[in-house]
Amino acid sequence: MWMLGPIGFTAPLLLIGLIALPILWFILRAVPPAPIRRRFPGVVLLLGLTDEKTETDRTPWWLLLLRMTAIATFIIAFAGPVLNPEERKAGTNPLLILFDASWADADDWARRIDRATTLLNEATREGRTVAIIRLTDTPTEIAFQSANAWAGRLAALTPNPWLPTTATTWATKLPKSDFDSFWLSDGLDHPNRSALFDELSKHGTVTVFTSPRPILALHPATFDDGTIQLSASRLPADDPLEVEVIARGPDPSGIDRELARATLSFNLGTARTEVTLSLPPELRNRINRFELAGIRSAGAISLTDDSLKRRKIALIGGRDGREGLLLLSPTHYLRQALEPVADLIEGSLTDTLLANPNVVILADVAKLTQTEQDAILDWLDKGGMLLRFAGPSLATSDISRSTEDPLLPVRLREGGHTVSGAMSWGEPKTLAPFPETSPFHGFPVPEDVTVSTQVLSQPDPDLASRTIAALTDGTPLVTRKTVGQGQVVLFHVTANAEWSTLPLSGLFVQMLERLAISTRPATPDTADLAKQTWIAETLIDAYDQKTDTTTSASIAGETLATALNAGPGPDVRPGLYAGLDHRVALNAVNAKTILTPATWPTGTTIEGLDTAQEKALKGSFLTAGLLMLLLDIIAALAFSGRLPRLARSATILLIFLMLPPQARAQDEADDTAIRASKAVTLAYVITSDTQLDDIAKAGLTGLSERLRERTSVEPKPPVGVNIETDELAFFPFLYWPISTSQPLPSVEAYTRLNDYLRTGGMILFDTRDADLTRTGGTSSEGEHLQKIAAGLDIPALEPLPQDHVLTRSFYLLQDFPGRYSGATLWVEAASPYSKQVEGMPFRNLNDGVTPVVIGSNDWAAAWAINTKGEPMFPVGRGLTGERQREMANRFGINLIMHVLTGNYKSDQVHVPALLERLGQ
Amino acid sequence: MTAIFDLRADAETLGQSLPPLLAEAESLTSTIILGEHGRRRAGQGDEFWQYRPAHTGDSARMIDWRRSARSDTTFVREREWQATQSVTLWVDTSRAMSFASKGTTKADRARLLALATAVLLLRGGERVGLSGYDMPPRSGKAQLLSLTQALTTLNTDVDYGTPDTTGINDHGRCLFLSDFLGDLTGVEKALAHASDHGAKGVLMQVLDPTEEQFPFNGRTIFESMRGSLSHETLRASDLRARYLDRLAERKDRLQTLTRAVGWHFTTHNTGEAPLPALLCLFHAIEGGR
Repeated sequence: MWMLGPIGFTAPLLLIGLIALPILWFILRAVPPAPIRRRFPGVVLLLGLTDEKTETDRTPWWLLLLRMTAIATFIIAFAGPVLNPEERKAGTNPLLILFDASWADADDWARRIDRATTLLNEATREGRTVAIIRLTDTPTEIAFQSANAWAGRLAALTPNPWLPTTATTWATKLPKSDFDSFWLSDGLDHPNRSALFDELSKHGTVTVFTSPRPILALHPATFDDGTIQLSASRLPADDPLEVEVIARGPDPSGIDRELARATLSFNLGTARTEVTLSLPPELRNRINRFELAGIRSAGAISLTDDSLKRRKIALIGGRDGREGLLLLSPTHYLRQALEPVADLIEGSLTDTLLANPNVVILADVAKLTQTEQDAILDWLDKGGMLLRFAGPSLATSDISRSTEDPLLPVRLREGGHTVSGAMSWGEPKTLAPFPETSPFHGFPVPEDVTVSTQVLSQPDPDLASRTIAALTDGTPLVTRKTVGQGQVVLFHVTANAEWSTLPLSGLFVQMLERLAISTRPATPDTADLAKQTWIAETLIDAYDQKTDTTTSASIAGETLATALNAGPGPDVRPGLYAGLDHRVALNAVNAKTILTPATWPTGTTIEGLDTAQEKALKGSFLTAGLLMLLLDIIAALAFSGRLPRLARSATILLIFLMLPPQARAQDEADDTAIRASKAVTLAYVITSDTQLDDIAKAGLTGLSERLRERTSVEPKPPVGVNIETDELAFFPFLYWPISTSQPLPSVEAYTRLNDYLRTGGMILFDTRDADLTRTGGTSSEGEHLQKIAAGLDIPALEPLPQDHVLTRSFYLLQDFPGRYSGATLWVEAASPYSKQVEGMPFRNLNDGVTPVVIGSNDWAAAWAINTKGEPMFPVGRGLTGERQREMANRFGINLIMHVLTGNYKSDQVHVPALLERLGQ
Repeated sequence: MTAIFDLRADAETLGQSLPPLLAEAESLTSTIILGEHGRRRAGQGDEFWQYRPAHTGDSARMIDWRRSARSDTTFVREREWQATQSVTLWVDTSRAMSFASKGTTKADRARLLALATAVLLLRGGERVGLSGYDMPPRSGKAQLLSLTQALTTLNTDVDYGTPDTTGINDHGRCLFLSDFLGDLTGVEKALAHASDHGAKGVLMQVLDPTEEQFPFNGRTIFESMRGSLSHETLRASDLRARYLDRLAERKDRLQTLTRAVGWHFTTHNTGEAPLPALLCLFHAIEGGR
């Protein structure tokens, strides 16, 4: 390719043609414009007259120049000019394309795929075979295939939410033959990366591609001194940067919301920064993830597990008569053990129960009033845990002697049992090893723990199964039974060191931990994790989206422990894993992760994403040449005096074209406003799919027609609204068919949509996929709707209840088919306090029109009519189908009635009462 | 036939607004057929002219006894000599006349004017004929019909026409309608022939607006209507002044020619309304006061 500045030519020899231009100049100059023939009787008077000026038979110079330029443009165009041409490497070797494909790639994955597509196209042209590998995959044999074979697969490639660790294995899998490599690096240094690079450069040239985009990683949150510590790393560490970190979790109604937000500030040149977040326990316990705002990458998300959760424990001691004897206080050791790891609530039992504690500890409390007992039983049924310690008062009381007390796991014998002491024979007893069925199984039994006094249980048939810890002679020490969803645990000794040395030992704290009373340490150690099977509750992909967990197998605790240290991999994917009684989060980035930039040997070709794009200019040149020829036509006409009328019309046309479009846009907006507000106008959201828009329009036209026929609503023809630009306030109702090709609304559009929803507008979302999703599962439209709706202020939803006002706002309906039927219709959830009054057919639901209705029955297709008023699409089959279409129309009418009249029909329930009050 | 009636209807409409055209009768002696208007001399006719004393040679039948009874001498009642004028029309039917830049062609306008004049003349009792077509001057409605038919059907396939003087009556009147763009020698001959016969008349030059303005520019080849003549110019606008000069010169020449034989010359532009032209013709045939 021959280069001229930034422009290259594919066929530079054609440029020689430019030499011919001067010759052309002379030829063109000599040729006068073609004459016009005119019939004219006066010719007889002209005979013999000669032209005075002879040079006017030549074309004027400016016209010549125009023609010459046009021809020069054509010559240049056919010489194939290319702006910023890429030097084509005429490689013939196979091409190996390597993706790091880690979470660090995810943010600009599309651009990497674009680059790889370009490579594939080039390879297709050059007939090279290609292999594409992701270094994060488990290494397999590399097979070179034709570039076409890869084209389809390339688009489906996605990054993995972990870092490549298997570079050495890949190095051994490389083919023996020579090949060139193209490495799309994520910019991070990985173990053995340089070794693999060396191996690759032995086979051929290696080109590296890196993205200039900074990489941000969020480390797992830690809990320290009552505050949450958040830290993030970045690469490269250059300019100051501020990143928002968002804490998300379910709100009281279970909807995922942003709970808190903090700003992480990177100073100039710092790679890691921290921020402290202080949240009330209620809020903090809800957090299930932290994420960096605006970054779609698994590295920018940190799932939280139990390490953040602090349990609320109600600590209730018995009589506290011996004032000042702190070490003898029944709750002292408990307080010492629990205070660092849990939130303690102290007070009366009824008061503390209102705070809904996770655990209630009764230390030597024997008698409870009936009210207290009922309250505790209710609370236990909902999953509470009651932990009781024995003591003198329990031993001397008479509860659970003849019959089992509901708040004690076993029946007790009369009187305490003193095993050792001044007046007894026996030695203090030690603990027996914990049986496998016990939650304490695996804890070493310290020799120095002795029990001198305890309460004894009555031998009952289920005593053995309720015992979770016993003394060496088999006397039950800790017993447990379940009540409802909760459980009652009784330590048969006191919580202080009066009866045993257990509270003084480390085992006591461990036992409490195991009983999930306190939190476990921030980083679980291998011992904690081992011997358990962990099941993924949530798995995330490299884009930090949740993925299907049903396909993942459970993993062993040891594997998980390794992954927690070394980072996730193909075997252990990042996510939230649940064990027996608590959960562990495995994040793509752990606390120890350090972002190291990849360094490449000198002399390596390194491409950035921002290379100048190659741009062929042939088309532009040809267009310019044609335009010049058009000008030439006009000029030639003008020159030969045949343009008077043409010129006039052209001028008028030009003036029209130059009319300020702003004014027209303004007028249009006003027109739309006037049209839309003159009468009820149904509107649909314009997606980028023209066909879909046409169907939506036809559908609303059909619905408007039905409304006019059957109701007193007489809508104007429907209009399409562009949510980015149009004013929505004029429309009571928006139909929004979901198309995957529709881009997400901008921030302004979201603001406008939220205003619209808040001020009484209604949007009917239609994913049109009931035929696919009826049997469960979701479609790409459904996912797209989730993305769109994420930014919308949509209240809690519920499947349309049987007594919703939509079922009777005009017709009485129980199902709402469109072109498909049977899919669930979602509307705003009714207030949980609404109760059905005896004798009324439905609940008293009076407030508000649901701002959204979400369904997938493709209503527009069922409503759609063509210009002749005939249905556009078949619905169902035969008469049943027609019935379904009728039902679809009725649903449409009900919906519009609901939009326009609100809950008027619901209010009708008050009519009898009103009439009564009027005295009739 | 509809074309005929159209032309006639147009002509009738145009002629209605004028009083009957009374052609001046100069030579009373040459025509003996009585017309409706007196020659201000005693002679044959219906209108009373004067009483004169009878003298020898007057037959007794000629004496007006009622007048004679009122006096001692005898009187003869003389009647005014009334005679009709014969007018011969010539309308150029050459191809050049069929030119029109827009709207009416010169030929259409010439025919209309000719026939309108004929209508007026016939209504005044004159005799009208068409030269060269075996249509001697006659009076009456029938003549008007045949005139109309002749005018609408005639066509000659030459570029420029020459006046035809066959059938011109001695001391009659003539009306020549043409663009007079052809060779002027034919016109000269015709005028000489006509004045030899003591005929007087009017030459009306009918021209198209473009022929009077020459609004052309650019490279143009001008051709006559049959294509026998052509002229190419590279810049027509340059020729305008000289063309207009030549046209004016030709009009001058026609003026001179007509004046020499005591005829009238007038021009008419098809872009203008026909009525003023008809008035002009009316005055000219009346005697050119």
